Amino acid sequence: MTLLRTTPSSAPAAGPPGGGQRPRRRRTTALLAAGMAAALLLACLLSAGLGAYDIPLGDVVGSLLHRAGLGGAELDRVPESVLWNVRLPRVALALLVGASLGCAGALMQGVFGNPLAEPGVIGISMGSAVGAVAAISLGLNFLGNWTITACAFAAGLVTVLLVYALSRSGGRTEVVTLILTGIAVNAFGSALVGLGVFLADNAQVTQITFWQLGSLAQATWPKVLAVLPCALAGLAVAPLYGRKLDLLALGERPARHLGVDVERLRLTLVLVVALLTAAAVAVAGVITFVGLLVPHVLRMAAGPGHRFLVPGSALGGALVLVAADLAARTAAQPAELPLGVLTALFGSPFFFWLLRRTRRKQGGWA
Amino acid sequence: MGVITQLLRGRGRKRRLPLPSPLGTVRAEARALHVRLGGRTVLDGVDLQVAAGEVLALVGPNGAGKSTLLAALARDLPAGSGEVRIDGEPAAAWTAAELAVRRAVLPQSAQLSFPFPVEEVVRMGRAPWAGTPAEDEDDAAVRAAMAAAEVTGFASRPFAALSGGERARVALARVLAQRTPLLLLDEPTAALDLRHQELVLRICRERAAAGDAVAVVLHDLGLAGAYADRVAVLHGGRIAAEGPPARVFEAESLSRVYAQPIEVIDHPRTGEPLVIPRRAVRDFAS
Repeated sequence: MTLLRTTPSSAPAAGPPGGGQRPRRRRTTALLAAGMAAALLLACLLSAGLGAYDIPLGDVVGSLLHRAGLGGAELDRVPESVLWNVRLPRVALALLVGASLGCAGALMQGVFGNPLAEPGVIGISMGSAVGAVAAISLGLNFLGNWTITACAFAAGLVTVLLVYALSRSGGRTEVVTLILTGIAVNAFGSALVGLGVFLADNAQVTQITFWQLGSLAQATWPKVLAVLPCALAGLAVAPLYGRKLDLLALGERPARHLGVDVERLRLTLVLVVALLTAAAVAVAGVITFVGLLVPHVLRMAAGPGHRFLVPGSALGGALVLVAADLAARTAAQPAELPLGVLTALFGSPFFFWLLRRTRRKQGGWA
Repeated sequence: MGVITQLLRGRGRKRRLPLPSPLGTVRAEARALHVRLGGRTVLDGVDLQVAAGEVLALVGPNGAGKSTLLAALARDLPAGSGEVRIDGEPAAAWTAAELAVRRAVLPQSAQLSFPFPVEEVVRMGRAPWAGTPAEDEDDAAVRAAMAAAEVTGFASRPFAALSGGERARVALARVLAQRTPLLLLDEPTAALDLRHQELVLRICRERAAAGDAVAVVLHDLGLAGAYADRVAVLHGGRIAAEGPPARVFEAESLSRVYAQPIEVIDHPRTGEPLVIPRRAVRDFAS
């Protein structure tokens, strides 16, 4: 195919388009990913060492190497037990929950084509919470260790589908509809959670309340195992859909014209989001704004391409949550701030700023 | 269970790529096509073909069904009755991926949810070819399409920062980069200045000369008269007239279709039909 040579009057010099730009962007993403990975490793080690009982960083590394059979040395009985039975399951849980929330946020925003979509804001976390509370207060135990996660997943899935159906019209999701749907779903979810608390006995009430604030304080290895399959499945599948999510940014019809089976894509991703949200909520309660904040910051730094954004948000979410949990444990020692309170404290102003910005760009909500 | 089968549907069948075919091969076809939208009959028995090597212009008054016909040919809408065929097979027989290497569609308005830069938007047009030998052409196709639509100058600017006309040209570049043998363009000239209107129609001619089939919805009958091989005039969901512009552009029937007195005169130099609304003689003196 030969294309036209038009008169060059307004045609700009036809050099290679954006010649240096793509490699530069690729370098940015590589640097960013490496930086986040390094920061995450450091945060994990610090989080394993710091706390009411301090373990020096060298000892942490030594003990890790020892268990991996790579040298190092075993610690005394007390620090060894603190490290392996208290700190490390907590770090592992923070990693899983953070990665799930960050990734779910990036996927949600891509599927809705709306930068304000986030599992917490639009009510999916609350939906999962209803499932989890129901499992606790009714004393369900049909899947053993996995019961709460399974219930959270089922309820979360129903909620995603509901929100999706309610907030779309004409192939588009308007901001106002989405947020209002979120308010309605959150209100209904809170009512159901309240009902669950009402029905529960004293021990269950304590369990529910604690969990409702959003916390990793009760982390144990069985809990890590309880959410591991959900989180890993979601995190493994999500990056496969990066390119298709890019195309979806053009709108549903154009994406279909470019060969995307839009219905199947949406269905798959809604399932994945429900998996990830359930994994996070089942163990850590409702932790909001991580899925909103992380993809946004990454989009500003490295552009909106989902092939980086989706895995990048998982990495960033893990980093944010490990760091936030460390802060929650150590900021007000010996007391511990609830993690969900901490993330909401920082996340809410950011959400407010985002709303203002979106509104300004659209020139109102009309 | 339904969910699972829906997820697995379409897997495991090898994707068929389009074959080069001689000029005149019918690329898309509507047969006795009826479409109802929102309880209203929008297309009422349309028969139409678009063939390789020609530019077909769809014209007609607002609400005549031009965009609906284009959408039906793109398989965006299901046929109520009758049938749409693409590359000789029923439109429904193709998978989304197979259709995407056969036809490219320019929508009336271009939107983007996230601030992708222009070059990446154009590159999205190459997505259907991923995993095929044509993938090697990606860079060349993107560069050529951007040069043709004259968007190279703002390749790195975010799409959202562009004017309406610039966005329209970026969307066109994306469609050109897709390099499909069938192009369906819905009012590609609506937001463009005079120079770029001509540019778009010249691109259509180039593509037709290279063996592609081009169907384009136009409001400007002058452009249709100057660049189209065939014109189909839609009126109330039916094809009121169809043929070469010189035969179809006839004052009496156009006046009836548009409910507006129209005159058709031959261009003094080129002899192309010029379609002009009949206006009263201006008399500002009185």
